[in-house]
Amino acid sequence: MNELSFFTTLVTAFAVLAMGLGVLGPGIGMGMAVAKALEALARQPEAEKSIMRWLLIGLAMIESLAIYVLVIVLIVLFRSPMLDYLLHK
Amino acid sequence: MSAAEFVLGAAGLLGQPTLRIGSFAVSESAVTATALTVALASAAAWTRSRLRMRNPAGWQVVLELAVQAIDSTVRDSIPKAPERILPLVGTLWIYILLANLIGLIPGLHSPTGDLSVTGALATIVFFAVPFYGIWAEGWAAYVREYFAPMFWMFPFHVMSELTRTLTLAVRLFGNMTGMEVAIGILLLLAGFLVPVAFLFLHFIEALLQAYIFGMLALVYIAGGMQALADREQRKGETTR
Repeated sequence: MNELSFFTTLVTAFAVLAMGLGVLGPGIGMGMAVAKALEALARQPEAEKSIMRWLLIGLAMIESLAIYVLVIVLIVLFRSPMLDYLLHK
Repeated sequence: MSAAEFVLGAAGLLGQPTLRIGSFAVSESAVTATALTVALASAAAWTRSRLRMRNPAGWQVVLELAVQAIDSTVRDSIPKAPERILPLVGTLWIYILLANLIGLIPGLHSPTGDLSVTGALATIVFFAVPFYGIWAEGWAAYVREYFAPMFWMFPFHVMSELTRTLTLAVRLFGNMTGMEVAIGILLLLAGFLVPVAFLFLHFIEALLQAYIFGMLALVYIAGGMQALADREQRKGETTR
């Protein structure tokens, strides 16, 4: 197995692993946020508008963590500086 | 063209096709974004010249509903001087929503799937925060906020402004690009017409991301105007 194909296999494996692990935390966080929001909604249905607004903002904040992982994985997979080096050396 | 190239090309990750004017390269997202801006501006001008007070046309009622929804959302979220911020946030909402939806037209990509475009939008918000903050409070009060509650908090305030600008840009970019890649991969795996359900998801995503971008801009700007709200509140308490 030459250097390039070894590198590609390694990168693909770790990209998949990173995506899976990186989504784990935000997933738990978003679940907790939604659960609390539903509790608040059940207790105070009249506050639905502002609860929904802050829930969406909070979810966007948490979601951006998972998006960071996605962006990093996309960079590693398609625009990797290391891969450029291996190809053009 | 291989399958992988097809997916990546569809998502605009291979470097978007460029238009060359002499030695000057113009990316596709710049063309779509500019076209959208021109279309929106001319639509606004056209609409404005045809507004009627008495028996309004159907489209005018629909537009008024949309404007009213934007107006009431901004008024609910900002304690003071909502009419100053309304134009910026309303424009962000309408522009980003339409820019996201352009991706649904076959052959076109969302300009918001390009990090340069989302970066530009986030930069606007970055500069809008001190602009509205200084407008509302004056230089001294705004700068003092950076040193509150302790003077050594200054680097943390600056850091938080920079990172949230980055987050704003990357969130919109990542969501739109991720959706396009997912639909492209699904098209490869499952075939024709299967991704239609995902296109519906794309539609919801476009709405949600536009709402969130504008809402976060609103929250950040409101944070920059915080001292004004506090002062108004104190004034209200003393006069009461």
